[in-house]
Amino acid sequence: MRREIPLIITLICGVVMMASFFIPHWPFAEMKSFFQRSYMVIAAFATLLGVMNLSKVHLQRIRGKTRQWGYSIVLLSALGSMSFFGLYFGIGKGSIFDYLFNNLYIPMSATMFSLLAFFVASASYRAFRARTVDAALLLAAGFIVMLGRVPIGATLTSFLPEGYRLPQLADWIMAVPNTAGQRAIMMGAALGVVATSLRIILGIERSYLGGE
Amino acid sequence: MAENDRPVKPDLIERLKSIDRRIIFLFIAAAVIFPLLRPIGFPVKASPPAIALYNAVERLRPGSLVLMAFDYDPSTMAELYPMSLAILRHCFSRRLKVVALALWPMGAGLAREALHDIGVGEFGLRYGTDFVNLGFKAGGIVVIETLGSSIAEAFPADIDGTPVERLSLMRRARKLEDFDLVIDLSAGDPGIPFWVMIAQGRYGRKVGGGCTAVSAPQFYPYFQSGQLVGLLGGMKGAAEYELLANAKGEATKGMDAQSVSHAAIVFFVIVGNVFYFLSRHRSKRRG
Repeated sequence: MRREIPLIITLICGVVMMASFFIPHWPFAEMKSFFQRSYMVIAAFATLLGVMNLSKVHLQRIRGKTRQWGYSIVLLSALGSMSFFGLYFGIGKGSIFDYLFNNLYIPMSATMFSLLAFFVASASYRAFRARTVDAALLLAAGFIVMLGRVPIGATLTSFLPEGYRLPQLADWIMAVPNTAGQRAIMMGAALGVVATSLRIILGIERSYLGGE
Repeated sequence: MAENDRPVKPDLIERLKSIDRRIIFLFIAAAVIFPLLRPIGFPVKASPPAIALYNAVERLRPGSLVLMAFDYDPSTMAELYPMSLAILRHCFSRRLKVVALALWPMGAGLAREALHDIGVGEFGLRYGTDFVNLGFKAGGIVVIETLGSSIAEAFPADIDGTPVERLSLMRRARKLEDFDLVIDLSAGDPGIPFWVMIAQGRYGRKVGGGCTAVSAPQFYPYFQSGQLVGLLGGMKGAAEYELLANAKGEATKGMDAQSVSHAAIVFFVIVGNVFYFLSRHRSKRRG
């Protein structure tokens, strides 16, 4: 029954949600509304589960004094203090939580993401090679889009006739070859989603239950 | 030790091929910092997707309802926050009413900052009457689907816990169909595709989008098909919107730094390839 009950729940939810799209009346509309509310509650609990799991993993690291366990102390302290200030003093404008969010979390998070620029530059220098014709084409398209999507591209090619400057070439790459490729990917992915969803609803695909 | 046993000292090409990455980091840092300190002033020109979004906002009558989703977090703030400010500034200058929400947890806090700075700070507007921040709700696409039937069902209270029925603006904004325009500023999932699927596809709302530069290419099909009324891609998109709204801000300031850093990366890729081909050519000659 540990496997059958989840499969039955999945089947009922899937069939009701599909039916409600075509028959937005009683009882499907009400059932759909109930399932949607339930999903939002479950999603909120999933966040809680994530926090609990994160705490458990890092507590184990501290207890076992595994490599770089000091960072786990920082993480748990930050998690605990933000939760404490948020729950007890509120998250309104001017609150301690708001102050920490604006002055610690935002700059640190932005800094972490900004480091990507340095690694992209270093990795591009080492790995982005025109080894084949395909790679050379990709490289050329990359150059045009990278320079054409920023103002320097227009300045560098201002001597060229209108229509042949980097921004226009970048716009063409984005609007024609890129869109054609993206469309094909989207259609393929959409068909895949439909097929996988049907397999899950009908209980053929069971990997989400674990195993198999 | 015999002559042949001596370790072969790598020549200049080999050494440059495997240059210390910290040197590259230094160049990139300089490419970002110097233009910020000494702006060059490269001219910004608006692209068709940015013009289309601007026009979509411009066409709305004063008092129209705009739903803005802040589906991003501080990591992508450099690209998306200036967009938020530019769009809010434009909306408020047109006397549009804005309802903000977030499908990303951190988006709610960023929406609060943006609404406070622009709505209260620049335009002196009143919360609850001119704009509302509904905060974050977990559930992604299901939340959007629920907004289609009732906003109060998905968001019974705003970010500060005030019941939505007490907010005068929310008496007009009861469900998705009450909005004249939906703008999603998204850094990933949940984001633009979900809003297009539900708000545009299902409820026929006009949907505009803003995203990081790296994810912009995947949304071009939506723009071309008319499912997105406009699209802003990255900091450049934000700068274009600032230019159109005639309110230059952080994105315009950042354009010089982004231009020079892009040029620096392209330079490094070219140099890397030159050394790669020189090295390959020499290997072939040696047989």
